Amino acid sequence: MQPAVPLVARVVDLVKNYYLEEVVVRALRGITIDFAVGDFVALMGPSGSGKSTLLNLLGCLDRPSSGQYFLGDQDVSTMDDDELSDIRSRYIGFIFQSYNLLAQYTVVENIEVPLLYQGCRLDERTRERCLSLAEMVGLGDRLDHRPMQLSGGQQQRVAIARALVNDPHVILADEPTGNLDSRTSDEIMQLLTQLNRAGKTIIMVTHENDIAAWARRIVRMRDGHVESDVRNDRSTDRPAPAAHAAGLTASANSLWGGDPYRQPLGNDRP
Amino acid sequence: MIPYLCLLLGFGLLWLVVPLAFSDKGRRSFVLALRSLWLHKLRSFLSVLGIIIGTGAVIILMGFGEGSMQDALEDIKRQGATNIMIRSVKASDESSTARQQRIAVYGLTWADYERMQTIPTVVRMVPMRILPLKVHHLERSVKGRVVATTADYAVVNKVQLAAGRFLSDEDDRYMANVAVLGAHVADRLFPFENALGKTVRLDKYFYLVVGVLADRMATSAVGGSSQTAEDFNDDVYIPMQTCRGRFGEKVVSRQSGSWNAEQVELSQVTLTITDMESVRPAGDVVKDLLERYHGTKADWAITIPLDRLEAAEREKERFVGLLFWIGFISLFVGGIGIMNIMLATVTERTREIGIRRALGAKRRDITMQFLIEAVVQTSLGGMVGLLVGMGVVFAGPWVSEHIFDMHRPAVLNVASIFYSVGVALLVGVAFGLYPAWRASRLDPIEALRHE
Ligand SMILES: Nc1ncnc2c1ncn2[C@@H]1O[C@H](COP(=O)(O)OP(=O)(O)OP(=O)(O)O)[C@@H](O)[C@H]1O
Ligand SMILES: [Mg+2]
Repeated sequence: MQPAVPLVARVVDLVKNYYLEEVVVRALRGITIDFAVGDFVALMGPSGSGKSTLLNLLGCLDRPSSGQYFLGDQDVSTMDDDELSDIRSRYIGFIFQSYNLLAQYTVVENIEVPLLYQGCRLDERTRERCLSLAEMVGLGDRLDHRPMQLSGGQQQRVAIARALVNDPHVILADEPTGNLDSRTSDEIMQLLTQLNRAGKTIIMVTHENDIAAWARRIVRMRDGHVESDVRNDRSTDRPAPAAHAAGLTASANSLWGGDPYRQPLGNDRP
Repeated sequence: MIPYLCLLLGFGLLWLVVPLAFSDKGRRSFVLALRSLWLHKLRSFLSVLGIIIGTGAVIILMGFGEGSMQDALEDIKRQGATNIMIRSVKASDESSTARQQRIAVYGLTWADYERMQTIPTVVRMVPMRILPLKVHHLERSVKGRVVATTADYAVVNKVQLAAGRFLSDEDDRYMANVAVLGAHVADRLFPFENALGKTVRLDKYFYLVVGVLADRMATSAVGGSSQTAEDFNDDVYIPMQTCRGRFGEKVVSRQSGSWNAEQVELSQVTLTITDMESVRPAGDVVKDLLERYHGTKADWAITIPLDRLEAAEREKERFVGLLFWIGFISLFVGGIGIMNIMLATVTERTREIGIRRALGAKRRDITMQFLIEAVVQTSLGGMVGLLVGMGVVFAGPWVSEHIFDMHRPAVLNVASIFYSVGVALLVGVAFGLYPAWRASRLDPIEALRHE
């Protein structure tokens, strides 16, 4: 059965158990869910409902106890550690709550890291790509700064640029605005929205309704189950600063169009 | 063994370094290693101190071992490996009797000489008498050292002639009044003319100059005498029999206001032995003979250059043995230091490891990164040790010569450089492996959650 919209990720009956000394923590109890290409999904739910567990599984940082996970058309649930690392370096971009930049590296060097583990040679072109990404997130003048010298919002912008550098199929963000004030949060969400409009698939965990409202689809979880899954129509009419958005989308498209590093994952991508 | 070890290490390193140097990952890890080293200067220094000391010690020990070895070899080359030198020594208890008797009788005698002639492995024997005398020509005079000897002296000591000839057997037989001048004596007595065919006066007799020697290098002091280069070049050689006829066996000299007379038949006898294997047995026979006929009178000393060679070889062996243990201990101490610091680093950087894993680093990328860090530390430590060691090897001989007045030659041993730096690298790999492996085993999610 061919789905109407191409899927970037699809999990079937996904179960994740943590085996502690005497008890078994059933973090995910059989989740089946599809993520379409170009979607912007907010994962919500009370603490301990399994949002981060699901996101880590989607990010290939962990393997499920049972169930299947298709990224594109590859079954990721059976891959070994090295293959998963490879998948992470090529198809996935992470954005964390605590930014997680490498303190010893400058802004540009941080953005380059995923390319490094892809086995890319760092040359003029990759450098240029990193520079334009830094430019795009508004840090063109901070290239040689260390993370310690940047504000939280700026660090998260670097993290976003880093998540984009390998042109991932999906961006996974675990509470990307959790450490930021509301104004900075809005800036970051605007940036993510522009990226989504430019075609990026984003799956984001958040506790805040304000933040979730930016997404096109809101999935609520409870006790390892999907509780509700609704489309959020409000997101489309939210006004974006037009000039900025246009420029951003254009530059993002020019970056991704005809990119030599882009490697199609299956034939289900547009 | 050590050169092979070096070769092996070298290839191992090439195998490790070449692929890394050509990958950006490897280069990044290398740069990162240097950066974190710079960030924790003191900590890094302390953790590689064991390795600095170890490599330094290896370089220094090998340097001095090699130095004394080469020194000995050069001496032996000059003195001849198949030679045995026996010289007369004024025994200390003899000086008191000398004052009473006014004349000191000691040293080697012609009877000794004849007895030594019976040793079958002796090819050549050179008797010498040494008399400190002034050499005159017209109004000029030079304080020299008259050496009465035979034609064989030239062969045994490999003397080089600048002009004329050395003493011959005929000179000796006919007690000819001929002399051969050392380079300095000739220079000073005949500054603007050819010395050949001129005459020099020793004591009251005139001698015809038949030869002049080329400048001659000194050998280092042997057997309690204090010969230097000046001595050889101030020598005047006359035939042995001529000397016996003219001077007899007594030597009278004035020393600090009092007359001092000695009776020495032979100052030195040099024996040349057929081959190297026979040198030591012949030396034992000579010792036996002299001990029997001289009894408790310790008025002779024997020098066997070959002994020095063996002593030097033994010393070098001892150095190498010591070196092995020092290398071993420093390997352990240094290695434990490195392991300790690397384990701490891995714990400290758990979060970083999690981030890298999330961004696509494989386990072996993490292993490599921390291994490179360990190896960079130890090899930099090794290089610092190398510099310290080289400094000591170059400055040590000068310092001991000028400040402690001891002759301690040292030469930089090339093999020891490779050996010590190789060992330092090996320590980095060996002791960095476990922490690096631990780092790679961390669960990415746990690592990311680490504070
Ligand atoms: N490594 C682990 N070992 C044991 N139990 C775990 C582990 N990780 C998660 N859990 C458990 O799995 C459940 C889901 O955790 P998860 O981190 O996914 O929750 P969450 O929805 O992200 O919560 P929060 O909103 O607080 O981040 C929780 O009950 C948690 O205790
Ligand atoms: Mg969570």
